[in-house]
Amino acid sequence: MPETVTVAVNGVSVTMPVGSMVSAAILKTGVTTFRRSATGEPRGPLCGMGRCFECRVTIDGEEHCRSCQTVCRDGMDVRTDG
Amino acid sequence: MVDVMVVGAGPAGLAAAYRAAQAGLRVVVIDDNPAAGGQIWRGEEAKPTSPEAQAWFEKIRGVDIQLITGARVFQQPHPGTLLAETSEGVRELKYNSLVLATGACERFLPFPGWTLPNVMGAGGLQALVKTGLPIEGKRVVVAGSGPLLLAVAAYLRGRGADVLLIAEQASLVQLAKFAVGLVGKRSQAFSLKRQLRGVRYLSGCWVVAAHGAEKLESVTLSCGGKIACDYLACGYHLVPNVELAELLGCVVENGSVSVDQFQQTSVANVYSAGETTGIGGLELSLVEGEIAGLAIAGKHEEARSFFRVREQQRKFAKRLNRTFALREELKQLPAPETIVCRCEDVTFARLTAHRSWREAKLQTRCGMGPCQGRVCGGAVEFLFGWRAESVRPPVLPVRVESLIRSVE
Repeated sequence: MPETVTVAVNGVSVTMPVGSMVSAAILKTGVTTFRRSATGEPRGPLCGMGRCFECRVTIDGEEHCRSCQTVCRDGMDVRTDG
Repeated sequence: MVDVMVVGAGPAGLAAAYRAAQAGLRVVVIDDNPAAGGQIWRGEEAKPTSPEAQAWFEKIRGVDIQLITGARVFQQPHPGTLLAETSEGVRELKYNSLVLATGACERFLPFPGWTLPNVMGAGGLQALVKTGLPIEGKRVVVAGSGPLLLAVAAYLRGRGADVLLIAEQASLVQLAKFAVGLVGKRSQAFSLKRQLRGVRYLSGCWVVAAHGAEKLESVTLSCGGKIACDYLACGYHLVPNVELAELLGCVVENGSVSVDQFQQTSVANVYSAGETTGIGGLELSLVEGEIAGLAIAGKHEEARSFFRVREQQRKFAKRLNRTFALREELKQLPAPETIVCRCEDVTFARLTAHRSWREAKLQTRCGMGPCQGRVCGGAVEFLFGWRAESVRPPVLPVRVESLIRSVE
């Protein structure tokens, strides 16, 4: 049995293998817009390694978390700004 | 206070840490990522797939090294001390010697549509898949430049992706010259060839535009044709991560940290190894790390025994970087309305009016958003020949509490 964790992305539950990043969980739910840019464009992850800050989302109430550097924990509440 | 602080837990940092710890020094390795391995060995510690990575992690486990992950170094309050932000707050780290093994990032070039969701770096998409993104059955175009494209395409295919094609901007002539020099890496090349059988490989071709409303739907290629796809994995080779070195006052030349024969930077007791000193790949990173670790431990003679291998790897790196040099036509990629600075949404047209990055920054805020020019820096360097003139703390956005702590 593979170990999994379940997080909520905009209220939708998604189950991921242990060690998965929040960015992968968000994309798995079908959400591609992680945030809106300064002029309102949709944006999602670019570099996948914590440098571009395009994948910022709100995690458990804390804004501007880089979802590609944050490991999924059971019960996490993730909100995109799409 | 520790003897050696290593920033970056990729191959170069781990090799340096191993050699220093083996000599009995107290070593701390710190990394922004949640686990050790850097980009190339991402996930290898938990689930090894590469025998070389496995061998190195075994070596590391055999010595006493303290690893601090999920920590971002953002400030040097005074020489010999660094501040890092972690989920538990700010940590003050004091050291005698420092190794900067901060690695590299993909170079991103702006083109119409590159800001659409699902347009990612090649390594970017690979990192996402390695950390849980299901890619099975997804249509992927891999494009840009560099050996990374082949590795990424092979990896994605192995995970069930439908890799439609690989578009490499370098010309076939350049690539053929390079292939002749690949003698030592033949087995690697053969295995890639097998994994990529049946995938179209277009040389001298690149993506000129990505299309879609709220996310990527298709791409247009320079060699003709519009292709429907789910993901575009596009990166133009790599750029060293030098902002921390710059913050510490290390001399940076042509985008790479300058080092002496023992990998020491222009700042005493600050060493650098791996991609930070110039793009050269895994083997060069490891040998540079070993030299740095040995030199710090005072084992200069033993360090010298690695010089020959380093020289061979540097020659290989030079050839590699020549092969994948970016063609001039790529400077025509952005349209006037194409966004160059993604943080502040600064368009190409607004930048062309300026003569330096400093001037452009002051007038347009280009490079002044959360990424601090990490993405657009590599682009404006190529497009306009501008280089960052100064780095200021904090080198990464941090919480206000952390900033307050840093001035206390």
